[in-house]
Amino acid sequence: MLRFFLYRVALLIPTFIGVSIVAFAFIRLLPGDPIMLLAGERGMSAERYQELQAVYGFDRPYLVQYFDYAWGILQGDFGQSIVTKRPVLEEFFTLFPATIELSLCAIILAVGIGIPAGVLAAVKRGSWLDQTIMGAALTGYSMPIFWWGLLLIIFFSGTLGWTPVSGRISLLYYFEPVTGFMLIDSLLSGQAGAFKSAVSHLILPTVVLATIPLAVIARQTRSAMLEVLGEDYVRTARSKGLAPRRVIGLHALRNALIPVVTTIGLQVGVLLAGAILTETIFSWPGIGKWMVDSVFKRDYAVVQGGLLLIASLIMIVNLLVDVLYGLINPRIRK
Amino acid sequence: MTKRIVKTLLAATVLSMGFAAAANAKTLVYCSEGSPEGFDPALYTAGTTFDASSKPIYSGLVQFEPGTTNVVPDLAESWEVSDDGLEYTFKLRPGVKFHSTDYFTPTRDLNADDVIFSFERQMDSENAYNAYVEGASWEYFNGMSMPDLIESIEKVDDMTVKFVLSRPEAPFVANLGMDFASIFSKEYADQLAEAGNESDLNQKPIGTGPFQFVAYQPDAVIRYKAHPDYYAGKQAIDDLVFAITTDASVRQQKLMAGECHVMPYPNPADVESLKSADGVEVMQQEGLNVGYLAYNTQQAPFDKPEVRKALNMAINKQAILDAVFQGAGQAAKNPIPPTMWSYDDTIEDDPYDPEAAKKMLEEAGVSDLSMKVWAMPVQRPYNPNARRMAELIQEDFAKIGVDVEIVSYEWGEYLERSKATDRDGAVLLGWTGDNGDPDNFLAVLLGCDAVGGSNRAQWCNDEFNDLVMKAKSGEQEERAALYKQAQEVFKREAPWATIAHSVVFMPMRDNVEGYVMDPLGGHNFEGVDIAE
Repeated sequence: MLRFFLYRVALLIPTFIGVSIVAFAFIRLLPGDPIMLLAGERGMSAERYQELQAVYGFDRPYLVQYFDYAWGILQGDFGQSIVTKRPVLEEFFTLFPATIELSLCAIILAVGIGIPAGVLAAVKRGSWLDQTIMGAALTGYSMPIFWWGLLLIIFFSGTLGWTPVSGRISLLYYFEPVTGFMLIDSLLSGQAGAFKSAVSHLILPTVVLATIPLAVIARQTRSAMLEVLGEDYVRTARSKGLAPRRVIGLHALRNALIPVVTTIGLQVGVLLAGAILTETIFSWPGIGKWMVDSVFKRDYAVVQGGLLLIASLIMIVNLLVDVLYGLINPRIRK
Repeated sequence: MTKRIVKTLLAATVLSMGFAAAANAKTLVYCSEGSPEGFDPALYTAGTTFDASSKPIYSGLVQFEPGTTNVVPDLAESWEVSDDGLEYTFKLRPGVKFHSTDYFTPTRDLNADDVIFSFERQMDSENAYNAYVEGASWEYFNGMSMPDLIESIEKVDDMTVKFVLSRPEAPFVANLGMDFASIFSKEYADQLAEAGNESDLNQKPIGTGPFQFVAYQPDAVIRYKAHPDYYAGKQAIDDLVFAITTDASVRQQKLMAGECHVMPYPNPADVESLKSADGVEVMQQEGLNVGYLAYNTQQAPFDKPEVRKALNMAINKQAILDAVFQGAGQAAKNPIPPTMWSYDDTIEDDPYDPEAAKKMLEEAGVSDLSMKVWAMPVQRPYNPNARRMAELIQEDFAKIGVDVEIVSYEWGEYLERSKATDRDGAVLLGWTGDNGDPDNFLAVLLGCDAVGGSNRAQWCNDEFNDLVMKAKSGEQEERAALYKQAQEVFKREAPWATIAHSVVFMPMRDNVEGYVMDPLGGHNFEGVDIAE
């Protein structure tokens, strides 16, 4: 198991280098020049442009710029935002907890509802229940997130007034962030009602962000369950006279979960992509929104640093999934 | 005892429902459209940044009288201009206090050192703050040609500062009302430098303005509280909160749900529904901007005024206002907006008359004309959808037999390429005023010096240029007369098709009192109150 783990970790290194090259090249391949964008309609003289190019080091050959960048990363320096003039790493970690909080809630919701729904659909295959669940899953999967988010806001916040429109907590509460996770910070603050307010602000964005992963997980669980339910050992278990609940819960589900765990792991990427839109709709101060703004402003340091950090995160989650997978299924370790 | 517990519980419930805070302190929530880049306005050019920094936190030597573009005193009580127009002497207001916060306690009032520091850091590369953040480029200071213009800044005495200019430039005073000319505390800057925390000047601002900075949670919330010792008196609201909400539809929902009091930039299509919403009022004003189509007047056949005039007459502006601005626009006939002094309302716009236009083209000997129209890839207040506008112009020109090819480039590229004097075709672009001075439009966009730069029409007309240059000095009345003549020349020569000025809408809760719309496009909460 240890060798398997070390092997997987070693594989991360070339992937990391590859990602850093792609991230570096991606933003430079986009047309547009961050320095011209700083000046806006006003424009600037050619001399001034040269001057600023030199300040940011954009006048050097790409290869030099890349190695300089890579050297910085090895020392933990991801550079400085061209726009805000603050270190990229500092900005990332200020905003990152908000994204994690939202993504965790969304994945818990997606798994908590998706797996039981998938199991139910598989067990009641062909019934109206199956049809309904799968119909809902297909709808959820194809839902345009932006439209879905606005619809929920207009209905639940606008018409019914049940949930707040956007933000992380009511503006009446003010405390210094400790962990960056609003649910925890609101409890730590000791202010009455803060936690409740934080929860109420989380509901809609969580539902919106969970929609697609939930649909995917439900569909994946159903098909995996169907496959397993037809296996010999399940028939054997049934013929032994085990209670149907035990057959499904213990024998079938455990095996069906293997592909589902992979799917859940892959949803991390989907979640972060979904976070970009969800965060924009709900004014959620996370890294999704931060990245989008930075691409528009051609903030090279932020885009390449952000991409690298997000990609690393996905790689680490995938590594953990692989390890988990190895734990569930001993055959993988070989 | 039980009573007490019940009372406490009740209080807690009320607090959790959020009423208590409203009773204790008056808080105005502004759903702003984006995050500030930082809190040092001189480093940036975005209005969003100014709204969050210079507007609430800082004051300048002069300011624009609310709702107008007239220059009035702020930190300077008065000023004198020497006869040759080269020396501006400002008398500072005594007893002006800087903000006192948990990160800085001022020991003295505003004086000449603060004023000199605020400019020197931008113009003197030797100043410790000239490069205090990486890439500090002082974009506006340079963009307004201040380094060439200011020869020196002298401290006459503790409360008097003299600016010596290299040439007479009447718009100079208006420049000092701009955001980059905000006055900083030298004492605070020195303290930061001593501790090696220079970059805090951009993160933890100290000014003399109506509100002082409390906290910023990136991309989420900015908090301010009223400056208790503000020279013009403490504000009626105690706290000012910016709830950053980038999506216009979401801002609208927040306003209607009462989660904010004021929101900028509604979707034009939603303005009608906002106007009829309960408890919401919508203010409106023409923006200090102009959207135009600039011909390349150095390229045949656009070097002939009659050809340009004919094309202008073929453009159906009303159709553009309906389709592109969706009602949030007003047809433009002059290169400067109607809220600006010296605007000549007597000028008649070219009529929309395709038949006459066709005839004029024939008379000018132009047939089978095909041309390019450049469409900007971005939304701007003066042009919310350039692609659509270009398509409408394409249809209009087709009616008089002119074939149009629409081209577009990435924004930075667009701005750069459109400057070239040998550029092919007419460019859609626009301008938003900086200092409310007509010079800022007429000289910057149409002066001979700007050919190959911001003069996208590449138009150098001696008659026009002489008028605009002459208007760079003198009293406002004389200057206005010159600018009016210049507008006549402009109309006759038609280097642009002037298309539209945007109309800016400001929806707010109906209990917000005293909000004044800023023709310069800023959002300022000084003097605003919330009715009980």
